[in-house]
Amino acid sequence: MPNESLEQLATRDYEFGFTTDIEMDIVEPGLSEDVIRFISAKKGEPAWMVEWRLEAFARWQKMVEPHHWAKLSYPPIDYQAIRYYAAPKKKIQLDSLDELDPELRRTYEKLGISLDEQKRLAGVAVDAVFDSVSVATTFKKELEKHGIIFCPFSEAVHKCPELVRQYLGSVVPVNDNFFAALNSAVFTDGSFVYIPPGVRCPMELSTYFRINASETGQFERTLIIADRGATVSYLEGCTAPQRDENQLHAAVVELIALDDATIKYSTVQNWYPGDAEGKGGIYNFVTKRGKCAGKRSKISWTQVETGSAITWKYPSCILLGDDSVGEFYSVALTSKRQQADTGTKMIHIGKRTRSTIVSKGISAAHGQNSYRGLVRIQKGADGARNYSQCDSLLIGSECGAHTFPYLEVANPTAKVEHEATTSKIGEDQLFYCRQRGLSEEDAVNMIVNGFCKRVLKQLPMEFAVEAQKLLGVSLEGAVG
Amino acid sequence: MTTPMLEIRDLHAIAGETLILKGIDLVIQPGEVHAVMGPNGSGKSTLANVLAGKPGYEIVSGSVLFEGRDLSLLAPEQRAREGIFLAFQYPVEIPGVSNMYFLKQAVNAVRAHRGIEELDAMEFLQLAREKMKLVEMSDALMNRSVNEGFSGGEKKRNEILQMALLDPKLAVLDETDSGLDIDALRVIANGVNALRGPTRAMLVITHYQRLLDHIVPDFVHVLSGGRIVKSGAKELALELEEKGYGWLQAESAAG
Repeated sequence: MPNESLEQLATRDYEFGFTTDIEMDIVEPGLSEDVIRFISAKKGEPAWMVEWRLEAFARWQKMVEPHHWAKLSYPPIDYQAIRYYAAPKKKIQLDSLDELDPELRRTYEKLGISLDEQKRLAGVAVDAVFDSVSVATTFKKELEKHGIIFCPFSEAVHKCPELVRQYLGSVVPVNDNFFAALNSAVFTDGSFVYIPPGVRCPMELSTYFRINASETGQFERTLIIADRGATVSYLEGCTAPQRDENQLHAAVVELIALDDATIKYSTVQNWYPGDAEGKGGIYNFVTKRGKCAGKRSKISWTQVETGSAITWKYPSCILLGDDSVGEFYSVALTSKRQQADTGTKMIHIGKRTRSTIVSKGISAAHGQNSYRGLVRIQKGADGARNYSQCDSLLIGSECGAHTFPYLEVANPTAKVEHEATTSKIGEDQLFYCRQRGLSEEDAVNMIVNGFCKRVLKQLPMEFAVEAQKLLGVSLEGAVG
Repeated sequence: MTTPMLEIRDLHAIAGETLILKGIDLVIQPGEVHAVMGPNGSGKSTLANVLAGKPGYEIVSGSVLFEGRDLSLLAPEQRAREGIFLAFQYPVEIPGVSNMYFLKQAVNAVRAHRGIEELDAMEFLQLAREKMKLVEMSDALMNRSVNEGFSGGEKKRNEILQMALLDPKLAVLDETDSGLDIDALRVIANGVNALRGPTRAMLVITHYQRLLDHIVPDFVHVLSGGRIVKSGAKELALELEEKGYGWLQAESAAG
C-alpha cells in the first residue's frame, strides 16, 4: 500500500523533528493530516506552522465548495485525486531557442518578449552576458541595503518567524473560504515581502521576480507587509503563456499596509485557457485581500486576466484606517470557452475612506464574463466615498457579459457612485478602421486596448506594453 | 487612352436585402472632380459604401473597376491601401484610442502596403503638423480619443486631415457638408481644394448645392431612384438648386 509508506515516512519525519533529509520527492494523491505534516516537514517548518496548517485543514473539511453562487460551470473537483506535494521539477535545458516549440516562440515574439527573457522562460541556458544569478544578486544587495525582506515564503518562516506569525492569516483567516482554507493547509511556497518603516522600495519587485524565474506553484501563498510610511510596487505573473499540469490553482495573497503605507499589486495572468472546447484549461480560484490597517494607507490592485479556463477571484480591500484608500483596476478577457467571475470587495470601516473600482470585461467567442463587486460602507465610516465603473465589451454573439453589483451602505454621509455600460464592438467602428487601411485584427486590438486604457495605464510601463499585446494575442481567431 | 481611375458599369447593388442601385454608369479620370447629387434615399451613400466595401453592401450585377482592377475582389482595408478614401458622413468615435496614434497606424499601414518606409513617432508628428494646418486642426484634438466629444465640424475636419495624410488616389466625400456652419464649410472646402491635383480624383456626394460653390466640380450627376438621371457640367448644380429635384424625377419617370 502506497499510503502505508507515506504514513511511515511522514511519521518518521515528524519524530525526527524535521531535520533529516527527506528523500521522497512526491506524495501519493489525496489529502490527510499526514500529507500536511509531510509538506510541513519537507519545508522544515516550526511546530506553530504545522498547527496552523492542521487547523486550516480541520476547518476545510467542514466547508463546502462554493460551486453555486458564482456564475461558473465546471465538473466537480475530486480533491482526493490531487497530489499535494511534488518537488519542483528541473526544467529541461535547451541549448538554444531553435529547439523551442515554434508555436510558443511565435507567441513570445508577438508579445515582444526580449530574447534573453525568452531564453529564461524556455529554460535555455543563458550566456555570460546575461547572467541571471549575478543580476539577481545585485538586486538582492540593493534590497538588503534598504532593509527590505523579499524571499520565498518558506525562507521567511525561518528568517523572520515573528512577522510571518503576526501577519499570516490576519487578512485572510484560515476559515475565510473553501479555497483559502485549502491553500492554508497545503501551500508549498510563495513570496514574502517586508518593507521597513519609511522605506520606498527602490525597484518594481517584478524585475527581480521575473529574472529569478520563480516557479508558481499550485497553491501559492504571498504575504506583503508595508510598514509605516513604506511604499512598494509588486508585480506577479507574466504575459508569456503558462502551462501547468495541475488543473486546480488556489492561491492566497495577503497585503497589509500600516499608517501612510502604499502597496501597489499588479497581476498579469495568462494561464493556459484550454482549447477551443475548453479542455485542459487551468481552474484559478484565488483569494486576494489587502488590509489598509493604518491611517492614510493605500492599497491598489491592478489585474489583467486573460488566461485560465475558470477565474474566480475578487481582490479586495479592507479600509480600516481613517482616510485610507482602496483601488481596483481590472481587465478580464474571456474567449474560447473561458469563464470568469471576478470583481472586488471594498469594505469601508474607517472615516473618510475612499475606493475606486474600474472593471473592464471583454467577452469573445464563447467566453462568459461576470463582474461581481461589493461595496460596503459600515456604520462608522463617516464621509466614505466610492466610485465604480463597470464596462463590458462583447465581440461576437455567442459570448456573455454579466454584472452583479452589491451595495451595502450603513452610513448616511457616504457617497457611492456606480456606472455600468455594455457595448458591442461596432461594425461601424471596425469598418471605419479598415477604411483607413488597418486589418480587421489590428482594428479589434486597437478598439479593445482603447476600451482598457484606464486600467492598462495603471500597470508599470514595461508590462503595460506587453499586456496590450497580450490582449491581441488572446483574441486571435475570435474575430471574423 | 489611359485607364480610368474609376469605371462603373451597370452597377446594381443591395444594402442589406434591398436593391438600391439599379444600373449606374460612371467613369472618372485622374484629376477630375465629380459631384453626385440627389434627394434623400436616391442611393448616394450606398454608392459611397459600395465603393469602400462596407460589409452588408453587395454588388449583385455590373462591375466596378479601380485602375482597371475589379474592386469587388478587394477587402475594405485593401481598397484603402490601394488608394480609395472615404470621408464618412458620420465618423465613429473610438474611445481610449488617441487620434494621433490612430492616424499614425493608418498612415503606416498604407505606407507599408505601398512599400514606403514606415514613419516613427517624430516623423509622423512632423507630417501631421504640416497637414493639420490645411484644416486648422489643433494639437488638442490630436491628443483626444478618435472623434470622441468632437463637434460636428471637428469630426469633418478630422476626416479631411486623414485624407491629407493618407494621400489617396480616389477620395469619396460622403455628405461632408452636412451639419456644418458656413465658416466650418469654408475651412473644409479649402482643405479639400488644396488636395486637388492632376493625379487625384474626387467623388463629392452632397444633397445641397452650397458645397459646390466652394468645391467646384468638373461634372455633376444627379442620382434618383438608384440611377444617374442626368449628368452635366457644374451649372447643373445651380439649376437643381433653383428647380429642386422634382422636375428631374418627373422627367425620368416620363422618359
